[in-house]
Amino acid sequence: MKKNLQRLDLIFKNEHDSEAILKKTFGRTDDDVINDLISSGLKGRGGAGFPTGLKWKLAAETQSDEKFVICNADEGEPGTFKDREILSSVPHKVLSGMAVCAKIIGAKKGYIYLRSEYNFLKPQLLRVIDEFHDLFDSLNLDFRVEIFMGSGAYICGEESALFESMEGKRGEPRNKPPFPTDSGYKNKPTVINNVETLAHTYSILKYGADKFKDLGIQDSRGSKVFSVSGDTPAPGIYELEFGMSLQKFVDDFGDGDSKAVQVGGASGFCVPRKRFNKTVIGYQGKLRGTSLPTGGSMMIFNSSRSMYNVLHNYLDFFVEESCGQCTPCRVGTQQLLLGIQAVKKGEQPSSYLNKLLDLAEAMRVTAKCGLGQSVANSFSSIVENFKEEMIY
Amino acid sequence: MAEVKQLVKGLADQHGRTMESLLPILQGIVHQEQHISEDAMVEVARELNISAAQVYGTATFYSFLHTKPLGKYVIRVCKTITCMMHGKNQVIKELESVLKINLGETTHDGKFTLLETNCLGQCHKGPAMLINDEPYTELTPEKVREIIMKYKHQEISAN
Repeated sequence: MKKNLQRLDLIFKNEHDSEAILKKTFGRTDDDVINDLISSGLKGRGGAGFPTGLKWKLAAETQSDEKFVICNADEGEPGTFKDREILSSVPHKVLSGMAVCAKIIGAKKGYIYLRSEYNFLKPQLLRVIDEFHDLFDSLNLDFRVEIFMGSGAYICGEESALFESMEGKRGEPRNKPPFPTDSGYKNKPTVINNVETLAHTYSILKYGADKFKDLGIQDSRGSKVFSVSGDTPAPGIYELEFGMSLQKFVDDFGDGDSKAVQVGGASGFCVPRKRFNKTVIGYQGKLRGTSLPTGGSMMIFNSSRSMYNVLHNYLDFFVEESCGQCTPCRVGTQQLLLGIQAVKKGEQPSSYLNKLLDLAEAMRVTAKCGLGQSVANSFSSIVENFKEEMIY
Repeated sequence: MAEVKQLVKGLADQHGRTMESLLPILQGIVHQEQHISEDAMVEVARELNISAAQVYGTATFYSFLHTKPLGKYVIRVCKTITCMMHGKNQVIKELESVLKINLGETTHDGKFTLLETNCLGQCHKGPAMLINDEPYTELTPEKVREIIMKYKHQEISAN
């Protein structure tokens, strides 16, 4: 396998100095730590990319008798498995991040919302949490962490649906604003971060903001953990520098016959071969070409694969996982699926695909939450780039 | 009914009687009984002092909470595209033939239920499945046969 891209070893580096890092960090002022996080350029690694330092700052500034820190481990995006690996091999980094956040915003309670598919991780996680409770006591930090198990709902990875779920309700997203830093779990100010984001804060606190900022480009700083699957000789989890070109990625991980890469899972974008060298992996910014944000899911397809089957699989997924609350998403996902089936069977002319593209765009504008809005990402990018495969 | 009552009361004692306890209680019922019966839902509603409709609403939203009886071992095979590309359909066929049931059904002895599920987060080791909480990866028809035999033997020696 070629190695154009440098493999990094920040997140998975075997280092166990949580106590020293927490001591050092608690000795600094909160403003100092927050400024460090902001200047590191760390953004949410779940895919949405909100600046982490700013999120903590907003929650710290909100006045309330009760606040919460939540680690979002409801990793449900198809093709993503990095959070499972982080929680099984370096859970102490995640818990250290939660502890620093709790101290800064003034939270006494933290939760790890763990998807039920990862139930098998719970016993070992509970042991680490117990060790950390002792550590918190020795550092005079009044903070307790619990695991809250999900029950198999992709939508609960959306932060407000996750709160609803913890409150015993159906996992239906709320309207925003208010944002979680004002009104989150139990309508109290809440910081909710992805597993990987919290693990990155450990590296920043240990090695400094500059070291993190040295990695990546422009608006996309640091490293990112990618989940690589599909037609690749080397499936697995890789920590790579942000801002890489997709061409280089495919040169390293493809099987020599890569036709397309789905960046960001079912809710992400499909990039065809002809655009590999024009695409950069990172947050939307002033990059040249197209930049694609991602939670880290990279599914590679070679030329033996039918992109119709790929899209059909994604739409099946969305039909099942749409919470059903808003009409554009509930009905739209079903109609998109019926639509491509009808075109494939010849019951509708190929021009019908244009109507379906319009429908997908309407969903992007009118759906209530990120799930319904992002169906158009994969739908439009697959249909537009592989039209023949949809028809014949 | 008396048993369900005891179970729900025990879970409410353990997890509390607020709305925040609802999901953990429902998960506890599924852990014991594989599904949440109507009797159980009514009982939960009574313990938490909320309407049964509210319990029903939550219980029917989540794919890992079932309101119809399931087998003792619930097999969930990942149906996401990457597992499909690596032979998920052959795995399902083998399971159907070993268990003598179709996808979505439960064996007559009430031991095994065969379902498909969305991404299990094991894409680099697909095809993957869960049997209750236990993940199994890099499945082949032969491997699947062995795994099921292991569970069947376990059942026989337990009796």
